[in-house]
Amino acid sequence: MTAQELPIAGDADVVRVRQAVRAAAVAAKLSLVDQTKLVTAASELARNTLTYGGGGSAVIEEVFNGLRKGVKAVFSDKGPGIADLKLALTDGYTSGSGMGLGLSGSRRLVDEFTIETATGDGTTVTVIKWAR
Amino acid sequence: MERLPILKIGPMLLVSIQVDLRDDMVIALQEDLAERIVDTGARGVVIDITALDIVDSFTGRMLATVAALSRVLDAETVVVGMRPAVAITLVELGLSLDGIKTALDVERGMRLLSSGGGSGR
Amino acid sequence: MTSESFGDLIERCRAAEDELVRQWRTDVAASLRGRVSEIELDKELRDLLDAVLSAVGSPQGSDTRSPAFGEVRALLVELSRSRALQGFSPRETAIGVFALKRAVRESVGAGPEFQAFSDVIDELGLFTFETYAKAREEVISNQAEQLLELATPVVKLWHGVVALPLVGTLDSARAQVVMEKLLQTLVDTGSEYAIIDITGVPAVDTQVAQHLLKTIVAARLMGAQCIISGIRPQIAQTIVALGIEFGDIPTKATLADALMLALGRSGVDVAAEMTKRGL
Repeated sequence: MTAQELPIAGDADVVRVRQAVRAAAVAAKLSLVDQTKLVTAASELARNTLTYGGGGSAVIEEVFNGLRKGVKAVFSDKGPGIADLKLALTDGYTSGSGMGLGLSGSRRLVDEFTIETATGDGTTVTVIKWAR
Repeated sequence: MERLPILKIGPMLLVSIQVDLRDDMVIALQEDLAERIVDTGARGVVIDITALDIVDSFTGRMLATVAALSRVLDAETVVVGMRPAVAITLVELGLSLDGIKTALDVERGMRLLSSGGGSGR
Repeated sequence: MTSESFGDLIERCRAAEDELVRQWRTDVAASLRGRVSEIELDKELRDLLDAVLSAVGSPQGSDTRSPAFGEVRALLVELSRSRALQGFSPRETAIGVFALKRAVRESVGAGPEFQAFSDVIDELGLFTFETYAKAREEVISNQAEQLLELATPVVKLWHGVVALPLVGTLDSARAQVVMEKLLQTLVDTGSEYAIIDITGVPAVDTQVAQHLLKTIVAARLMGAQCIISGIRPQIAQTIVALGIEFGDIPTKATLADALMLALGRSGVDVAAEMTKRGL
């Protein structure tokens, strides 16, 4: 599968990102539970991109590590960025209307989680889930 | 916008979610349910999520809010049919949905509401 | 590089095809010691030779990663996978490819263009080896998975009551499989009660206890209740010492007590059931 880029500009886009991530997870032969975890994380992150980043995009692609297959999803926006990353990654912390589990929770659902952000310079979150 | 149908069955309301949920639909459902509980004087609400392949924190929050809302309006809410993979993911995400009654399927959910007991906490 | 670096090697190979395959087959058959039939081997090698000669004769004849080698790679994947599944060694598998060099040298002769051909075969040999290793790893991981499933039976004790008797050490991977299997069984059997019996578990650490707790919370989300039975004194000590909260999860000393609790809660009248079944 080649990388697929999807815009995130509205609620319907979040649904489309979920569906694309699900398709990629099935193609990479992730177990049902791992598919569900990855799609849920993608849903949280896509919503963050929309709500806090003012929209952006998701890039979904299959990745390989030796014999293992996985799915990588990159969410980026050009929003205000996150001023206090440590705080944003704390369970229960929220600056919006969510339950405060978006970032911290999705980090627990994936195998690799990296976040790049700077105040005023947008946020990019990259997640990978490997097939077991 | 597409709204989820709410069925009235005796003294209960039943919502069976069969589509991929958009956030605006989730918010609308929450509002519609509160209205219908008052309008119909329903004593119980069954939300069937058998068809949902994920529940994220947004949908989870809606379920918790509906449960709290209905309690204030003198009705009980029971969430039924959560898939194993969804349940495992919710636990990992950090949502245990304390205070929400649950049942394996619609039938058991209805029975739970009529008996007034159940596996909720 | 183009096919010119191979000179007329391809044509000479085509002309001497029968002799070449005979020579090649003899070498390969010696290493396989009769575990693949002559006829099967003959067909395998002829197909492969044909594909290799076509690929090498193409404009991208020296690049084994090019599309021209698609068919060769497909044949090699098939060959090395089937060898791996049949339990052949890596040496026995790779020789099938490397022996082609000797066959070409002896039946066609090693001209100056032989080196380029030899390089291609080396690449293909390495590719075969990689595919072989991959297939072996798949076999091993499948076996590991099957073992995990074998080790975690979920049994139905009563209508609506299932039990998971855990035996042996629980590591994280196994705990995860157990968790998924138990929850799926609840759905499949429509059971509202699950008894997790840990009589056979020698020790519980924080991680395993966490997995148990998560399973129990997940079961609740689905509308089922878990009961833990068979907590041995040492394990109780560990649980308390580790400060793990089992909260309001019901625990019972034995599987029998746990079953009684589940039956009581689900409102089953055992005596009446027995009369009904004529026991």
